[in-house]
Amino acid sequence: MTSEYAVVLVQSTSHAMRVEKLLRDGGIPCKMIPVPRHISSDCGACVRIQYGDMDAVHRAVAAAGIEVESIQAT
Amino acid sequence: MIYFDNAATSWPKPPAVAEAMTHFIKEVGANPGRAAHRQAVESGRIVYGAREAVCELFHAPDPLRLVWCKNVTEALNLVLCGMLHPGDHVVTSSMEHNSMMRPLRALEGPGQSSEGVEVTVAGCSPQGRLDPASVEAAIRPNTRLVALNHASNVVGTLLPVAEVGALCRERGLLLLVDAAQTGGAYPLDMQADQIDLLGFTGHKSLGGPMGTGGLIVGERVDETQIDPLIRGGTGSRSEHELQPDFLPDMCESGTPNVVGLAGLEVGVRWVLERGVGAIRAHEVALTRTLVDGLHAIPGVSVYGTLDPELQTATVSFNIDGMAPSEAGLRLDDEYGILCRVGLHCAPAAHKTLGTFPTGTVRFGLSAFNTAAEVQAAIAAVRRLAEGVR
Repeated sequence: MTSEYAVVLVQSTSHAMRVEKLLRDGGIPCKMIPVPRHISSDCGACVRIQYGDMDAVHRAVAAAGIEVESIQAT
Repeated sequence: MIYFDNAATSWPKPPAVAEAMTHFIKEVGANPGRAAHRQAVESGRIVYGAREAVCELFHAPDPLRLVWCKNVTEALNLVLCGMLHPGDHVVTSSMEHNSMMRPLRALEGPGQSSEGVEVTVAGCSPQGRLDPASVEAAIRPNTRLVALNHASNVVGTLLPVAEVGALCRERGLLLLVDAAQTGGAYPLDMQADQIDLLGFTGHKSLGGPMGTGGLIVGERVDETQIDPLIRGGTGSRSEHELQPDFLPDMCESGTPNVVGLAGLEVGVRWVLERGVGAIRAHEVALTRTLVDGLHAIPGVSVYGTLDPELQTATVSFNIDGMAPSEAGLRLDDEYGILCRVGLHCAPAAHKTLGTFPTGTVRFGLSAFNTAAEVQAAIAAVRRLAEGVR
């Protein structure tokens, strides 16, 4: 079953802040959440997005030149 | 009371600064970047917001290449101690503050041995002006960095950072600028001025509290060549016992000063709203009145260029026959004028200006000072000078 959400994984919380701001400015719903344990052992934060927005988010971060580690379904 | 010690730290701060700091302490409080609950995220937003504000002011394209430090001294140490190696050569100026000079002298090693970093101090004029040609003449095959303050903390004289920036690009060198005296008071554009490493302090013309400052690392700098001053928890890569190798985390270990950064963001927003151009125009007008007024008093020597267009709103002078310490005490006791006297942590600059080891009386003005305060100060100095004669 496909999850309703995906997450944008980044290097640090500072990077997550930058992604969150970019997406909010672009009208893409998102929320900072702790990185889910099954995705990464990192203790930091990531940005949760709607699964259906994955392509739009890929385009937005690429256009802004923001380095992300991955964008993946939860 | 007239506060003229803004070159040391600005006061008052924009009123909203204290409100933002109180709000953080009372309503937010959490550690940024260490959890993702709502308060931690809000705390992280404050830190990130301050990054954006400072980067907007200095025209730095990437807020994640800003590293928070506790002050500009730490920022300069991060570059000098973290990037230079024995055998590297650095060019600096004879107008530097000890925040630049002391780490450089320490890196030179005992007796300026060949095992240390090599340092050339490009001489400035008795007015504190630096000819970019003297920087160029000092460049050697092993020169790695040119390190300059943007303006003297003693006499306010501006150094030609944009010209030196162009020279550094031409010669493949990095330029480090200490913006302690100019950030928020004089236009500064990391891209147009071709500055690779910009150290700033939050508690002067940026209007923030003490304990805030940082380093902005330009795109030409390979951050993996920076050795952090401290290592520790960053909230990222927690599975690793090795320090992260990316900005800003690699240089931001431990819990940051979020209460300070909450205030700093508001201070910088105040500067951005008012406009650096308008602040500069106000300060130039005050400086012109002050320099002309002091210069006209018999027995008063004013140092520097005497041209407000070539300096910040920091003016140094002496009253013939009166030690700076006595002048400072009497200005405080008898006239309520608060200033700084002595050597201002910059012995090289005083030697350049010819005011070593006596020092000077320094009036450091800010955007909050008024023409009436300047007139009152001129009148006070005139009375002190008349008393000596």
